[in-house]
Amino acid sequence: MLSIEEVIHIERLARLRLTDKEREMYRKQLNDVLNYAARLDEIDTSNVLPMYHVLPVTNVLREDIPRENFSQEVALSNAPLKEDGFFVIPPILGGEE
Amino acid sequence: MDLADLTAHELLDLIRRKEVSLRDIVKSCIERIERYEPIIKAYLTVRDPEDVINSVKDDEPYSAIPIAIKDNILVKGLPNTCASKILSNFIAPYNATVIEKLNRKAFNIIGKTNLDEFAMGSSTENSAFGPTKNPWDIERVPGGSSGGSAASVAMGSAIWALGSDTGGSIRQPASFCGVVGLKPTYGTVSRYGLVAFASSLDQIGPITKDVTDCAILYSFINGHDPNDSTSLDVEPYRYSPLKGDVRGLRIGLIKELLAEGVDPSVKKCMEDAVRTFEDLGAIVEEVSLPHISYSVPTYYILAPAEASSNLARFDGVRYGFRASGKTAEEMMSNTRGEGFGPEVKRRIMLGTYVLSAGYYEAFYLKALKFRNLIAGDFKKAFERFDVLISPTSPILPFKLGEKVENPLEMYLADICTIPINLAGLPAISIPCGFVNDLPVGLQIIGPVFSESKLFEVAYGFEQATPFHKRRPQLGGKPYGL
Repeated sequence: MLSIEEVIHIERLARLRLTDKEREMYRKQLNDVLNYAARLDEIDTSNVLPMYHVLPVTNVLREDIPRENFSQEVALSNAPLKEDGFFVIPPILGGEE
Repeated sequence: MDLADLTAHELLDLIRRKEVSLRDIVKSCIERIERYEPIIKAYLTVRDPEDVINSVKDDEPYSAIPIAIKDNILVKGLPNTCASKILSNFIAPYNATVIEKLNRKAFNIIGKTNLDEFAMGSSTENSAFGPTKNPWDIERVPGGSSGGSAASVAMGSAIWALGSDTGGSIRQPASFCGVVGLKPTYGTVSRYGLVAFASSLDQIGPITKDVTDCAILYSFINGHDPNDSTSLDVEPYRYSPLKGDVRGLRIGLIKELLAEGVDPSVKKCMEDAVRTFEDLGAIVEEVSLPHISYSVPTYYILAPAEASSNLARFDGVRYGFRASGKTAEEMMSNTRGEGFGPEVKRRIMLGTYVLSAGYYEAFYLKALKFRNLIAGDFKKAFERFDVLISPTSPILPFKLGEKVENPLEMYLADICTIPINLAGLPAISIPCGFVNDLPVGLQIIGPVFSESKLFEVAYGFEQATPFHKRRPQLGGKPYGL
């Protein structure tokens, strides 16, 4: 059974601020799904290879040649906050005390 | 009967014979939007009717056949919300490859359609902008996540549409809305410009009124794209008129997908479908895919895991909604907490959990192994059968609100469609009956790159049955046939 502490831990990993009500709801619902997923323990898969992808292709590369791309103006066109051609965000460390 | 009730190929024939005005077709679809969109709510953006009419070019027939695009496929200059608050003000700065391809044929986009937020859901109820109604019964869901696209075609507001399918999101709404939907072989249609949900499962595909339209539209969107490293460099599908000969075809009826939980009326439609195929000269036998019943837990580990990673980009920095916060991290957490809806948050939490230290092997790695087992079941079945069939959905279109409180119950109803994504196979859903005026869909599954065979088999069935000709009524007032 998932604890509230574990829910808060996942929430932090996911950078997803939840309310107390949400935490309780997800605790219950994630438990339901994870309990159901325990059905996968019914079969011994120790000799089965994991299938990461259905395609046989790996490491698709292209020549490292510059191509036409967004202008700075277009790249910034959806930014919530911008200044002098930069994205603007709150301070990474600390913040105003 | 209005022009809006016809299929694209019927309209193209009329255009070729100069028996119809191109603008009248477009006007007929616009009229449908004006009359029924306030009830159905299939769209998140409807283009200005005048612009749509002005986009018609006399020498470009496809400019007269309006198409609707799911609102997670980028169309330059139009909003792309993914039905999420977090992208509510986002304007697409470029075209998805499929849109570039359609532009070459002068396709006329009538609007962007509603979906479950970020394509996560099976009812279109998870849209931040309200649900879409099923045109066959407005108290019921249109399915999802491409519910807006399927409803737009069923109500005649668009002649055809594009959706995306990660676990059934084209086929299940096509089934619920009585139209045709194709989930192509993974890697045949470029995902460039499709907002990623679960990258190893997502595919764009057509939603149309019949199989011929589906084959035509698929021929326009498939093909290799250097902008998508998972796009395969194989000979693309080219349309040629379908014949529908299924004599001698070996069809496997998937036993496990007719077991517990399947609505008896859906089962009955499947029995009728089997008889139709047999009458047409096909050989139908039951086949067991022993691991297919593990598809739901496998999918609901893998898809959320990929989603939790893909959706990390929505952080309030470069685009979209931003909440306040004293530090960058606080701003990001608040942005995501306020910007994502309940189902998206649920899947991000689930995906983060199964990828986190200590649980990766128990859940994620184990699910990858089951993915291999499930794909292996299909491979084995295709040694004996040309195609496999099952219901598209084990249940009929359900009532709005009926399942929102119980996510697991909603997930379980995806059992017929998700194994196909896990194995990367193509599958088409076509109408195969009606129960109390609610459509039922038949799913036909083929080996990789068997789209042309799927179209032939589906066309054979379609031509032998009347279901593709039915159009919905609204509020007891029939429109169309």
